[in-house]
Amino acid sequence: MTAVHRPRATSLAALARRRLLRNRPALAALVTLIVVALACLAGPFLTGHAPGRIYPDLVRMKPGLAAHPQPDAVRPAIDRLAFRMRLAVEDFAVKDGTVRLTLTSPKPINERSLSYLPRSDLFGPPKILERSGDGRRLVVETRIQRFYFLLGTDVVGRDLFTRCLVAGRISLLIGLTATLVALIVGVSYGAVSGLIGGAVDALMMRLVDILYALPFVFFVIVLLVFFRAGLWLVLVAIAAVEWLDMARIVRTQTLSLKGRDFVRAAQALGLTTPAILVRHIVPNTIGPIVVAATLLVPRVILLESFLSFLGLGVQEPATSWGVLIAEGSRALESAPWMLGAPAGFLVVSLVALNVLGDGLADALDPRLSEPG
Amino acid sequence: MIGYALRRLLQAIPTLFVVVTLSFFLMRLAPGGPFDLERPLPPAAMENLKRLYGLDQPLIVQYGRYLLSLAQGDLGPSFSFRDLTVNDLFARGLPVSATLGALALIVALALGLALGTLAAFRRGRLADRLVGLGASLGLAVPTFVTAPLLQIGFGLSLGWLPVGGWEGGSPRNLVLPVLTLALPQVAAVARLTRSALNEVLVQPHIRTLRAMGLPPHRVALQALRGALLPVISTLGPVAAALLTGSVVVETIFGLPGIGRYFVDGALNRDYTLVMGTVVLVAVMVVTFNLIADLLAAIVDPRLRLGA
Repeated sequence: MTAVHRPRATSLAALARRRLLRNRPALAALVTLIVVALACLAGPFLTGHAPGRIYPDLVRMKPGLAAHPQPDAVRPAIDRLAFRMRLAVEDFAVKDGTVRLTLTSPKPINERSLSYLPRSDLFGPPKILERSGDGRRLVVETRIQRFYFLLGTDVVGRDLFTRCLVAGRISLLIGLTATLVALIVGVSYGAVSGLIGGAVDALMMRLVDILYALPFVFFVIVLLVFFRAGLWLVLVAIAAVEWLDMARIVRTQTLSLKGRDFVRAAQALGLTTPAILVRHIVPNTIGPIVVAATLLVPRVILLESFLSFLGLGVQEPATSWGVLIAEGSRALESAPWMLGAPAGFLVVSLVALNVLGDGLADALDPRLSEPG
Repeated sequence: MIGYALRRLLQAIPTLFVVVTLSFFLMRLAPGGPFDLERPLPPAAMENLKRLYGLDQPLIVQYGRYLLSLAQGDLGPSFSFRDLTVNDLFARGLPVSATLGALALIVALALGLALGTLAAFRRGRLADRLVGLGASLGLAVPTFVTAPLLQIGFGLSLGWLPVGGWEGGSPRNLVLPVLTLALPQVAAVARLTRSALNEVLVQPHIRTLRAMGLPPHRVALQALRGALLPVISTLGPVAAALLTGSVVVETIFGLPGIGRYFVDGALNRDYTLVMGTVVLVAVMVVTFNLIADLLAAIVDPRLRLGA
């Protein structure tokens, strides 16, 4: 007995999905993107540092797994604090993550000055173990804090990892939103232009040609300089630049679809132009649109980081990878990790998006036959 | 072909006109003026300054005057660089930016074409994958990351090259900026060449050449001719952008080019300087698109009929 082999009908989407899942680099890129996105969304709550929290005593800490303050930093910190409290350190001992201090002064000690200890971020609340009769000698015990800065801290003492993750939210948000706007404008413009054709098409495309010739990045810069940069303006400005490609791609697709029999049939059946657009044209241009959109996201993110690098994009206290890279390149010699960390996040995300875009292009290309 | 070129240049005039008009009025609509200082000038001095630069006239008169002098090739006096005209500034800075840009373009083409061809002929093998990975990285790493990395690596750690400065264009000072400018373009050209070659290499005429026993490098030359077209057509805007300078590269390496003038000019409300930069870039884009189209017609005879 032989099993009847019946070829199953597969939709384009199913074929594309199967091809994409077989493309290992594209799959890896997809996983990377999901991890980065989740980390940016949830990560800042898990790192143990609020994004804007400043540790003035833990500036420019190197990246690593060690707990801060590090053992050799405790004594100098205590000396510094004692100087501020106007007390002398007579005895100093570290044991099991706590410090035991003997503090002396020529005058009676005001115990409220001990609040310098917890205020420094490095130590917990002090506990007074012994007081001398004349009040000029105190034995104090306090816990040494344990902070972890995986990617180090920046020049004012903020956790760089948390900052990178929070910045990633803005960068990714701008990338996705601006792409979406460009997508909507570009697809409708291109589809209408291509479907109506004739003089309208010529006029609409002439407009696109003129817009192409404008030095548009320059216009974005003028806009941002003159009208106070802000997140939303950056978004709108970038989207206004980037819809042109999309319009061209969709128009070309529409032109080639227009002559096909199923569109003619729809026209002969009396369907209205909007109905044909929505039902027949746009769905058939989905492949190239998806690819173009995936490749547009990294371009938008790159453009935003360029603007932010110039100081024209996202403004403090909000931050993006571009802002962090700009800060990092100013502190390059003293704290190179401040450039490395955000640049790493940016580059990994951009490469992943580009690889995914290429993978989608291959997966959706109908010319590639399905083997097996 | 000369007639075609002239026609194209004439067609560009309306485009340039739109560019000039848009940027002129966009800038004047914006709040702030070129003489706004921390401490406001006395009204009389302000009046005099405005009269000196013709800013006391109605906007439409200013616009007319600007167009008139622009038609004569005069870009007007700079507001922020006193005693200098925009033409002076460009005469000083453009050679710097253009030198860097031209060198970067040459590096990008030479390396990009070589790597792209290598990848296409070794399709699916290690070399192809390495080129693909390198190209993805090259496209993703922004110049404002590459530049500091190169400075640290070759400038500070190894001490081979200066970290910045122009020094009259000495070759040692050129290496790092040119490399920074060229890297993303190398990646772009390599990718384009690779994918275009992949399409050409399966076509019948190439198969015939191979079947006739032509050595691989001759086949490559033949195939490359067909694959050059997409590369050339993207080269127009790229060349214009490279030759008019890069804000990032010129700022980071401290080079006296014109890339910085646009942002500086916009920040200082230096109307004429910003306008001049916009006009310059638009002219460059139009010119290099034309050159790219003419080159494309030389490479692909079919395109000449359409002209």
